[in-house]
Amino acid sequence: MIHSLFLINCSGDIFLEKHWKSVVSQSVCDYFFEAQEKAADVENVPPVISTPHHYLISIYRDKLFFVSVIQTEVPPLFVIEFLHRVADTFQDYFGECSEAAIKDNVVIVYELLEEMLDNGFPLATESNILKELIKPPTILRSVVNSITGSSNVGDTLPTGQLSNIPWRRAGVKYTNNEAYFDVIEEIDAIIDKSGSTVFAEIQGVIDACIKLSGMPDLSLSFMNPRLLDDVSFHPCIRFKRWESERVLSFIPPDGNFRLISYRVSSQNLVAIPVYVKHSISFKENSSCGRFDITIGPKQNMGKTIEGITVTVHMPKVVLNMNLTPTQGSYTFDPVTKVLTWDVGKITPQKLPSLKGLVNLQSGAPKPEENPSLNIQFKIQQLAISGLKVNRLDMYGEKYKPFKGVKYVTKAGKFQVRT
Amino acid sequence: MSSNSFSYNEQSGGGEAAELGQEATSTISPSGAFGLFSSDLKKNEDLKQMLESNKDSAKLDAMKRIVGMIAKGKNASELFPAVVKNVASKNIEIKKLVYVYLVRYAEEQQDLALLSISTFQRALKDPNQLIRASALRVLSSIRVPIIVPIMMLAIKEASADLSPYVRKNAAHAIQKLYSLDPEQKEMLIEVIEKLLKDKSTLVAGSVVMAFEEVCPDRIDLIHKNYRKLCNLLVDVEEWGQVVIIHMLTRYARTQFVSPWKEGDELEDNEKNFYESDDDQKEKTDKRKKPYTMDPDHRLLIRNTKPLLQSRNAAVVMAVAQLYWHISPKSEAGIISKSLVRLLRSNREVQYIVLQNIATMSIQRKGMFEPYLKSFYVRSTDPTMIKTLKLEILTNLANEANISTLLREFQTYVKSQDKQFAAATIQTIGRCATNILEVTDTCLNGLVCLLSNRDEIVVAESVVVIKKLLQMQPAQHGEIIKHMAKLLDSITVPVARASILWLIGENCERVPKIAPDVLRKMAKSFTSEDDLVKLQILNLGAKLYLTNSKQTKLLTQYILNLGKYDQNYDIRDRTRFIRQLIVPNEKSGALSKYAKKIFLAQKPAPLLESPFKDRDHFQLGTLSHTLNIKATGYLELSNWPEVAPDPSVRNVEVIELAKEWTPAGKAKQENSAKKFYSESEEEEDSSDSSSDSESESGSESGEQGQSGEEGDSSEDSSEDSSSEQDSDSGRDSGQENKRTAKRNSKAKGKSKIVLGSPKIEKEKKTKQDRTPVAKDVSLLDLDDFNPVSTPVALPPPALSPSLMADLEGLNLITIFTNSSFFSFSHVTPVFVPTKTHVLLHRMSGKGLAAHYFFPRQPCIFGDKMVSIQITLNNTTDRKIENIHIGEKKLPIGMKMHVFNPIDSLEPEGSITVSMGIDFCDSTQTASFQLCTKDDCFSVNIQPPVGELLLPVAMSEKDFKKEQGMLTGMNETSAIIIAAPQNFTPSVIFQKVVNVANVGAVPSGQDNIHRFAAKTVHSGSLMLVTVELKEGSTAQLIINTEKTVIGSVLLRELKPVLSQG
Repeated sequence: MIHSLFLINCSGDIFLEKHWKSVVSQSVCDYFFEAQEKAADVENVPPVISTPHHYLISIYRDKLFFVSVIQTEVPPLFVIEFLHRVADTFQDYFGECSEAAIKDNVVIVYELLEEMLDNGFPLATESNILKELIKPPTILRSVVNSITGSSNVGDTLPTGQLSNIPWRRAGVKYTNNEAYFDVIEEIDAIIDKSGSTVFAEIQGVIDACIKLSGMPDLSLSFMNPRLLDDVSFHPCIRFKRWESERVLSFIPPDGNFRLISYRVSSQNLVAIPVYVKHSISFKENSSCGRFDITIGPKQNMGKTIEGITVTVHMPKVVLNMNLTPTQGSYTFDPVTKVLTWDVGKITPQKLPSLKGLVNLQSGAPKPEENPSLNIQFKIQQLAISGLKVNRLDMYGEKYKPFKGVKYVTKAGKFQVRT
Repeated sequence: MSSNSFSYNEQSGGGEAAELGQEATSTISPSGAFGLFSSDLKKNEDLKQMLESNKDSAKLDAMKRIVGMIAKGKNASELFPAVVKNVASKNIEIKKLVYVYLVRYAEEQQDLALLSISTFQRALKDPNQLIRASALRVLSSIRVPIIVPIMMLAIKEASADLSPYVRKNAAHAIQKLYSLDPEQKEMLIEVIEKLLKDKSTLVAGSVVMAFEEVCPDRIDLIHKNYRKLCNLLVDVEEWGQVVIIHMLTRYARTQFVSPWKEGDELEDNEKNFYESDDDQKEKTDKRKKPYTMDPDHRLLIRNTKPLLQSRNAAVVMAVAQLYWHISPKSEAGIISKSLVRLLRSNREVQYIVLQNIATMSIQRKGMFEPYLKSFYVRSTDPTMIKTLKLEILTNLANEANISTLLREFQTYVKSQDKQFAAATIQTIGRCATNILEVTDTCLNGLVCLLSNRDEIVVAESVVVIKKLLQMQPAQHGEIIKHMAKLLDSITVPVARASILWLIGENCERVPKIAPDVLRKMAKSFTSEDDLVKLQILNLGAKLYLTNSKQTKLLTQYILNLGKYDQNYDIRDRTRFIRQLIVPNEKSGALSKYAKKIFLAQKPAPLLESPFKDRDHFQLGTLSHTLNIKATGYLELSNWPEVAPDPSVRNVEVIELAKEWTPAGKAKQENSAKKFYSESEEEEDSSDSSSDSESESGSESGEQGQSGEEGDSSEDSSEDSSSEQDSDSGRDSGQENKRTAKRNSKAKGKSKIVLGSPKIEKEKKTKQDRTPVAKDVSLLDLDDFNPVSTPVALPPPALSPSLMADLEGLNLITIFTNSSFFSFSHVTPVFVPTKTHVLLHRMSGKGLAAHYFFPRQPCIFGDKMVSIQITLNNTTDRKIENIHIGEKKLPIGMKMHVFNPIDSLEPEGSITVSMGIDFCDSTQTASFQLCTKDDCFSVNIQPPVGELLLPVAMSEKDFKKEQGMLTGMNETSAIIIAAPQNFTPSVIFQKVVNVANVGAVPSGQDNIHRFAAKTVHSGSLMLVTVELKEGSTAQLIINTEKTVIGSVLLRELKPVLSQG
């Protein structure tokens, strides 16, 4: 399936290659560079490119391109999903998925890639299994290894590989047994000029950090499971239990993982926690415009809205902006034309606003449309959909774990059209 | 060795090399970390020494540096001899790195690579499975043709390894060997065949992958493993799932008949290409027999459904395409939600998913309409995502939502991304042509855009307006005048050309303006773009023909200009036009027709989606994404007209059984079969018992059988019970909802068994000859089925080895079942096992008839209840001309009879379906079932639960409806029962067993709601079971049809209260 993989950095250098079948020359990437040039923006490079002898499927992650070479028909999502999994694994092993990290750990990267694919077909992609086969680099381990001469490579088949719970390794031990769940909800919304909601939706995930010894069997239940409309599960979740009782029952992987992601049913009205008052205008035949936005809380369930950032992609003709914020700080990058306003918290007594003048390129026609505002915010201890975890039970082990649930609401793709 | 010190080494070395200036290419990375050895002999010398040292740490260090070189794409092949020596190293990490090196360079250094082979051969016998597996991996990855026989041997051995992990690697090795030496195909197929039988989930994905690569056309290898694969699917690792689902999709398209009914087709806006001819045939077929889905087909559809919930986008897409390609259209709707969920993912996933949605939305708009807003464009989306979303929005546009969409489009047109704005304008054009109501609105909107500041927008609008006007030959003089004015300002050549063409085409409608435009153009002719010049010539010619008085001179002037143009195309055109329109002595017959030639009615262009023809590629494939047939693309075949023999899939079971039971099979089979046939006879005579057996579940049925077995045969109970296991295993895995069709076939053969041991023996011998092809016990089971109906077979006692597998499957069966149907519209939640006797064979002179309610919407009329009648000929001669004679129906009742059956062979059986409109009453329908010689009076009295059709509704709706049906319309009763009977699944099972209702998702654990409507009048029937304190519950029924309501209450009450 996957023939070869090339890692390419932003400046177009191929800094790593790996072949699972016979070697494919680097020159195949020229087609990719060609497409990249045509696309202008990295975001617009088509993920699937056809060349005379091969097909290139690529992903763009953390300023790196993962370009895989394919020779025969294969579901493109299969490859894309796998490449993302590779990037996730790097992230997991090295803390970041960057060129420097990969170059520093090139041997581990190679060993990982060797285990993850055999003849182009995925072999082991579960992080728990991989970590047993190839231990992640830590400073302590490298010191110990250099003294004792032991290696980073496991010599027995990971237990998970053969069991029917491949995601968990056997013999996990912790002194403090803890299980944390983060319920993170994101509001995707498009708000139109007049402030009415064009489209709004809540997407959520439950990320878990489980540090429990042995083989714990957990079940997590909700006060209002019906809220979850469309759910996708980590493979550890027993689908049957969910279908019949709406309880998440699972033997968790060890460490951090995403338990479920869900969408809240669309019938429920979505509370929009902030509003924006805006007036942006560009004067005809003059080289300046006015810019004025104010943010205020709305339907915030009594919680503070924090971490507010407003990002605006200004039109090309804008040369500079001269603004005064009542709160926080702003930057305007004259090259990318991106205005970023870091607001911080909203205090209802004094609403934050950003006012000032916009300098336009003289002589150029005034922009057709006002830019839309992308807003980021965060509300702690609130799941905006009202989802609540009812209880977490553990079976199969005797000790008493420490349990914790945290709720956060964030803005997802939250856009205000002006 | 630490990675830190490692990189330190590299860097210091790198610096040195750069100083020496021997670095071949240092362009690739600024640090030049590993790129120094390619040409530096001295450095390689150093590495060689390290590799030859007897310290592992030095070796490891050297190997790490070499791997670094490989990673960079540097040539390290000359180190081969030094490296290959270390293949037998004790240090696992060195060994692994040597493997990496070997796999990379063995192809180039074949002779030297052979040195390592013996090490691998030894490692293949290692007690550690990981070492065995990795030895096999490397051995098979060394692309050296000379070792093909060794590889073949190793694969064969590994395929029988005890460790599934090694077997998995063997499956991978198959593909490698095949690509190295395709001559080995036959032998490899044997191994594939063996591995396909493997029951480990670890192996399944890999072997199917090998199958797809090596012998995708050997569909016959799949038959026996089909059910197993379906059942294992949920537990296979995610990558394997994708491959298996794709393969099963292809399989299903060759083995089952189309589930797409004519009725479904009407929903489609356009006929999709492969179904068109199928459906034609179906229509003719349909009169003969109604469509019943093969249970294996249903099994696949059902078992893949939970995978829609996978976190892996590839799996979700694979299931989605499976539903799209093989499920009945009414069920495919569930995939849209999951696909829309994937749109939250990263841009690459979005891109592929949106493409697939675009293709789907052309054919079945309804599927994605509820998610319209999810396709709204954000200004931060990449352009390729934006255009795809736009495409989908266009496909989804209809009269109802167009106004919202147009408002949305207005925002897009103003986008700063001009490419996207232009695409939006084209979209508006397409909406305008597709939806006639808004054509004028769109046109006006586009005309407004003509005054836009941005040239690209204006140009695109002109082009689209041109197309729109061409389609609407009505008077649009105003618009044309407006556009003529634009010629002064607009500079984009395409737009100018379009305007000129429009004016030329409509020159008679704007007689005053056209010549003036020509005048202006004549002035600027020399400075125009070629495209525009051609259109000026065209305009001149057209005006010359229609209005020669005013434009004759102008045209000639333009033609003269064109004659000396630099572009040969324009000179050519000029010459051609001059000859055609200017009359002279040489001009031939053609010039008479010049006007007709130039001003002919031109066909309007079609504004079509670029995704229009993509549907002939299987969705989710690379070919679909690229819209070209990719290498190795496997065509999805059309549905067969007649399903191939479904019994081919049965064989596996007996093979399984053979594996589990010791020797001495043949005799036992024989006797076991005898036992079944006997029991069938018995059941035939006492139907009530069989009914209760099948309903009450496993115990009674199981006991009865084993008891009888003891009587009928002397065999050890152990063996025969395992025999049964295999049967039941098979059945628990499959969904025998509507096996009528299969029964009829299977019974054709199996009924012979009845009371005729001679034939049985015959079959036995036949089976001996071809042990794989015929499955005796299975046929018997079918034999058994029609009486107690094939539906939920009693979960039998299982042999311990099979127990674990099958139990899980059973559970899945039940749960997915309930979840599946509760959301879909009128699909029954559950089809009960119960058949009723219509005509007993004793009173029917050998003709026996049973009926049951398949709980499907009746195809003969929407007010009818559909009924399936199974006719059996138990005589030893043909029964001819079976038909329905005189009908004695109460007033208002209607009946759609089945087509007369010409003849029914001895021992044969046939299933027909008919529809009766019971007018929402439980009155009896009496009619005569006639054969050639006799007439038998029979009657059908429907249980009240069968007069309903399930409906899907939300809890909120339910409560609202319930609120309106109180007082007289409400009946209720208190039930007392043991608490274990009040678990949700038990209540659910009991209620749906009695009545054809749909479950309403409930927020409270103690309240269960069910909803249905009556078939005839469509009145709602709402059933609520509310659990109270202690062991009581309240049963409430709300309906307008109070009579039916109270009858239903009466029937439900005892069922719910009994244990």
